Amino acid sequence: MADVNRGDRPLSPHLQIYRPQWTSVTSIFVRITGNALLISALLAIWWLAALARGPEAYAVANGVLTSWFGDLVMFLSVGGIWYHLLGGVRHLIWDSGHMLDVNRSEMFGQGMVIVSVLLTIFTVIVL
Amino acid sequence: MRYLTDRKRAAGLGSAKSGTEHHWHMMISSVALVGLVPLFVFTFGRALGMGYEDALAYYARPFPAIVGILTLLVGFYHFKGGVQVLIEDYVHGFARKALIIGMTCLSYAAAAVGVFAIVRIAL
Repeated sequence: MADVNRGDRPLSPHLQIYRPQWTSVTSIFVRITGNALLISALLAIWWLAALARGPEAYAVANGVLTSWFGDLVMFLSVGGIWYHLLGGVRHLIWDSGHMLDVNRSEMFGQGMVIVSVLLTIFTVIVL
Repeated sequence: MRYLTDRKRAAGLGSAKSGTEHHWHMMISSVALVGLVPLFVFTFGRALGMGYEDALAYYARPFPAIVGILTLLVGFYHFKGGVQVLIEDYVHGFARKALIIGMTCLSYAAAAVGVFAIVRIAL
């Protein structure tokens, strides 16, 4: 009777069961920012390709990327890239076996949000 | 099948069967990007919005050009691995394979276009 429970096994609880926590929400946003950065990368490549192509193409790409909407997209991109970078650093620290307990994982999540906001403000001021 | 125990039927099917290399490549590329991304943000961000001649001269310099090429190559390699995990988590069957192949092709194509553009500007 090897398959007595087949198809009737308990499932592990999923997202909708758990209360949102710093660890889960910051992890979800690492995934969202990382994949959304495709759009930012494609826009940067469009700008570079337009620069290589000539003055007319460059005027269009540069105009779009420095319009209010382009500024908004670039602002979100900068925030996303800093946040995702910090999320990656967190994974590298976890992979080395450090900061794995709940308290420090939550602290790191809160720190990621604060530091990425500060880095984004810094970048906007410098550039 | 009825001669197999549950233990035997499940053996070798776990998540630890493969994926070590994928994770290791994500680690290598992420370490590289921790250095490259800040350099790219502050070089690309400076050039963005310049006039045509100034931007052309800026990206003809070795440092911004090499940082740009490396960031695009390593960045899209990293993206290819990351988006693969995203697709594997949410998409199943034929669509999964098609999307992974499509995003892999898009990653290499986008990197190639960007690198070609920078090389053309710099040389």
